[in-house]
Amino acid sequence: MIRIFGILTGLLFTVAVLWSFIVDTGAAISEPAPETAEEKYHLYPKGPEGGFAHEGLFAKWDTAQLQRGYQVYKEVCSACHSLRLVAFRNLGEIGYDEGQVKAEAASWQVPGVDPNTGEATMVEGSPTDYFPKPYANDIAARAANNNAIPPDLSLITKARHDGTNYVYDLLTGYREQPAELVEEFPEAKTAEGQYYNPFFHSLNISMAPPLTGTGQVTYGEGNPEPTIEQMAEDVTAFLAWTAEPTLVKRRQTGWAFLLFLVFATVLAYFSKKQVWARAKGGDVGEASVKED
Amino acid sequence: MSFPWAQQYEPKNGLTKFLDEKLPLPRLVYNAVGAGYPVPRNLSYFWNFGVLAGFCLVLQIVTGVVLAMHYAPNTLVAFDSTEHIMRNVNWGWLMRYAHANGASAFFVVVYIHIFRGLYYSSYKAPREMIWLLGVVIFLLMMATAFMGYVLPWGQMSYWGAKVITGLFGAIPLVGEGIQNWLLGGFAPDNAALNRFFSLHFLLPFVIAGVVILHIWALHIPGSSNPTGVEVKKESDTLPFHPYYTAKDGFGLGVFLIIYFAFVFFMPNALGHPDNYIPANPLSTPANIVPEWYFWPFYAILRAFTADFFFVPAKLMGVLAMFASILVWFFLPWLDKSPVRSGHYRPLFRKFFWFGLIPAIVVLGYCGGAHLSTTTILLSQIFTAYYFLHFLVILPIISLIERPEPMPYSITEAVLGHDPDSKLGPKPTTASPAKA
Repeated sequence: MIRIFGILTGLLFTVAVLWSFIVDTGAAISEPAPETAEEKYHLYPKGPEGGFAHEGLFAKWDTAQLQRGYQVYKEVCSACHSLRLVAFRNLGEIGYDEGQVKAEAASWQVPGVDPNTGEATMVEGSPTDYFPKPYANDIAARAANNNAIPPDLSLITKARHDGTNYVYDLLTGYREQPAELVEEFPEAKTAEGQYYNPFFHSLNISMAPPLTGTGQVTYGEGNPEPTIEQMAEDVTAFLAWTAEPTLVKRRQTGWAFLLFLVFATVLAYFSKKQVWARAKGGDVGEASVKED
Repeated sequence: MSFPWAQQYEPKNGLTKFLDEKLPLPRLVYNAVGAGYPVPRNLSYFWNFGVLAGFCLVLQIVTGVVLAMHYAPNTLVAFDSTEHIMRNVNWGWLMRYAHANGASAFFVVVYIHIFRGLYYSSYKAPREMIWLLGVVIFLLMMATAFMGYVLPWGQMSYWGAKVITGLFGAIPLVGEGIQNWLLGGFAPDNAALNRFFSLHFLLPFVIAGVVILHIWALHIPGSSNPTGVEVKKESDTLPFHPYYTAKDGFGLGVFLIIYFAFVFFMPNALGHPDNYIPANPLSTPANIVPEWYFWPFYAILRAFTADFFFVPAKLMGVLAMFASILVWFFLPWLDKSPVRSGHYRPLFRKFFWFGLIPAIVVLGYCGGAHLSTTTILLSQIFTAYYFLHFLVILPIISLIERPEPMPYSITEAVLGHDPDSKLGPKPTTASPAKA
């Protein structure tokens, strides 16, 4: 009885889903979905040549690079993008000493309260403060940016597929829109106030190219030349750090865990072999077990 | 219950004698997972996964309780409290990554456990109750995992909650009412987040309770084994301790190496990047997908695209998705073949390896991929196969299949001969499982 009921139920679902299959196949043949500009022209990120300094199973942060990246964020990105999950005290983790952290914090204006009047005002940042937001609210952010809200950057390299490479390629990927694209997909033409970037999911992004030329940021003595590629790589490394500040510690802890576990598992393997040696042959039940 | 030759617990000192009289807990452990539990001697490594699943449950409860000490179930701060755990709590990142990847590990282990049960027909008499309780555990796990994924209140959390609770909206007449009742509102918000947190904390302990019943039910007939031949005598079994404790110890080591490789070196590989974006009811993600362990069921849900007579497509998809798991409850009565093990069932084996497994893999792929004509059509074909397999093919195979010769006993399967066998040495065609 259960089987007859089961077969009928199974056939019901099968017929229903095959009906969907027939309808969809018919639709796919009669009016195949047209190719879109995104499908044809979107590029997947590759990242900088040679990858990032912090990539690899044993790699560590390049603190000089993170400091350069911080400088790029501060002088370029922070005009529009917040970094709300990071505090100034965290800068101590990328090689700044206590005095430098205090000085860096003080170079930012953060929301505070006037100690005399109690009114809201902007005050010098202290190490316990978090990075301030560039806009008072989302409406202000939209109004200033062609109706697009600049996303917070704290987690950006984890919030996109292949995020680290994506951020780098997006920063360096601005170019002229190909003429054949506009010819084939007139509706995908880059609109006023937008910029063509094949790494962006919709190909047209509201962010103006933020890195405009060599020397936009002045790096200190002993640092590489601030080309667009170099600045992009540095700021991306910095954002990889803001997204995952525990990355290096995590890998180091991981090696300790894995070394111990491999050792323990080898021991477990041999003790298993030794225990089971007693069960080989025919004398299973009695003799082999009693010795324990 | 146990076999008559099971070793008996003997309290050796004053303390254990005292305990044995007042509360025989050591005796219980001895008989459950000690030398007092005789187990078939031919279990393969596929029989390690029950213990591993139990380990995963404990791991999830321990890391989860620690996370709950720092997490705040409120839509205003849930996302930031998760990041607070990642950034400011000592070893918080380890707890969170261990918990997130622990969920995936739990499902990997449980899926292998379930498919081992399917291949060796562990659901057949006298083990129906173990199987039924196992399906209950799996359903509870799915509910728990779903609600846990909502807690960080990222984009996928929010939209996942919206889509899954929206499924109930497909039920005629009462659907919308049920949906609003489940969410405590018209869309996922603070009420939903709070109750999901409460239930996400509660359900693992319910799972632990059903696991105890699952193991209890297991100890009535004893463990199944790769030949499917029931235990006949003492030489068919070995005591759980030290033989299977040693084997499980090694298995646990291998499991932990793979698990921690994920936790420490690719903790986000199984997650979705959108969940690092705070929930935003005004911005729908391009592709709303659940976690990977739900993909096959999600593909079944999305496969129904056309109304079927008077049944709307969405309702049909919802019914099919729930039916795809509920059908497991009926397996012991759908598959009536007297032979348990797939080793001796040539036809069943072919449909298992070349039908069911590829179907689940393709459905899994389609459930996680961007929606396209190809993935939809593939999901439809393999959804059809999925239902045919369990509800039509299995019952028919069990009627027409000619099983291959089986060993007389487990002893014969392991040692190649059994003095008690009246049929003489076993035929060479049957492949005994390795001990």
